[in-house]
Amino acid sequence: MWKWLHPYANPEVSYHFTGKILPWLGALATLFLSIGIIWALAFAPADYQQGDSFRIFYVHVPAASLSMGIYFGMAIAAFTSMVWQFKLADASAAAMAPVGAIFTAIALITGAAWGKPMWGTWWIWDARLTSELILLFLYLGVIALHNAFEDKNLAGKAAGILTLVGVINLPIIKYSVEWWNTLHQGSTVSKLGKPSMSIDMLWPFVFCFIGFALLVATIICIRFRSEILTRNSIRPWVRTLVSEHLSKHIAQEKNNAI
Amino acid sequence: MSIANLSYRAVFSLVLKRDLTIAMRHKDDIINPLLFFVIVVTLFPLGIGPEAQTLSRIAPGIIWVAALLSTLLSLDRLFKSDHDDGSLEQMLLSPHPVFILVLAKIVAHWLITGLPLILIAPLLAVLLHLNEQSYGALMLTLLLGTPVLSLLGAIGVGLTVGIKKGGVLLSLLVLPLYIPVLIFATSAIDTAALGLPYSGQLAIIAALFIGSLTLAPFAVGAALKVSTN
Repeated sequence: MWKWLHPYANPEVSYHFTGKILPWLGALATLFLSIGIIWALAFAPADYQQGDSFRIFYVHVPAASLSMGIYFGMAIAAFTSMVWQFKLADASAAAMAPVGAIFTAIALITGAAWGKPMWGTWWIWDARLTSELILLFLYLGVIALHNAFEDKNLAGKAAGILTLVGVINLPIIKYSVEWWNTLHQGSTVSKLGKPSMSIDMLWPFVFCFIGFALLVATIICIRFRSEILTRNSIRPWVRTLVSEHLSKHIAQEKNNAI
Repeated sequence: MSIANLSYRAVFSLVLKRDLTIAMRHKDDIINPLLFFVIVVTLFPLGIGPEAQTLSRIAPGIIWVAALLSTLLSLDRLFKSDHDDGSLEQMLLSPHPVFILVLAKIVAHWLITGLPLILIAPLLAVLLHLNEQSYGALMLTLLLGTPVLSLLGAIGVGLTVGIKKGGVLLSLLVLPLYIPVLIFATSAIDTAALGLPYSGQLAIIAALFIGSLTLAPFAVGAALKVSTN
């Protein structure tokens, strides 16, 4: 059933496959993000209570959800690598960690910028904010552990264990609103049957969300490819790839000179 | 009876006895984290001011944060010396499950560092004017919470034991994992100060304890296998 997946365990196949989908991902991300951001910032109606400052929502919420989503993806990669000894999964987890950390930081910073006009303070020790901060620490721990090992294979294994331990944090973030129910407003988007958001506010959000998700996928794809190249730098296929690239470059230089 | 056919219980008590004997021969390892705990707690009144009311308000937080830090400081000795002299590798090579060996080492660590900390905590609570109703909660949260600190900390030590300068990295890895324990423990003590029931928070800490008791040794075993390679 899963046999079609097997060829992608080969770094070379994976490298060329991601190379093929990368331009599509990039183009779609640009398309969705430009539609979503322009719609959200210029045309969506202002909130009756929060005015125009609610528009930061269109960046804040996708960043916050993606920060958790990337961690979850990292945990799946770590689990895959641990159970099936699938080394490329480690490379993908290593590619995801810094992206996730940046998106967590974006969620925290935009949240602070939103909190200042709405709650009158940059920071409160609310459960959701705190667990987002803990998530940032977990990301930084995983990155630090990655950097501490010389051997990339060992680093991947160690960081994988840490990721799986830290994934316990994710449900705590998700359910903290219900558990503690403090200053942070409840979720507005995920109520499936009856969203508490007006439809003309929701559509730009959908575009923004998909756009940011595609942006994350694009960045991870680029980082994943460079991880593959650094980890396999002694393999013949990487060497031929580099020498082909170099000879092309030199030929171009010559043409330019003429 | 050869070592290979020992029962799980015999292996557990063997490792436990060994670690306790080693600790008894290096009493500094027991006393220094405890001294650190006492000194950190005494620094807070000096920094914040001697008003009894302020101190009693923040006493649970101070005691628990100091407990976290002193546990962190003592974690290093859990696997470090065994890793350096090679006995850790011998243990991992033995036919007994890593789970049992690791659990015995963690229990020994808790008996050496967690238990003295619990015993000395009420004394420090007196210095900080802790609310009289909170002593029971303080002891119970420490009793259920410090084993969690040892268990989760062991994962961090397992991951960093092979790294040369693992100490700072260890705190970065382990402290975020300690946060839930800290939150619920101090919340239980604060609730007790108001005379309200705190069994809810205690139940969550107990759940964290049971959860980490069953899962952490597996993670530690995996981490040690990575570290010793």
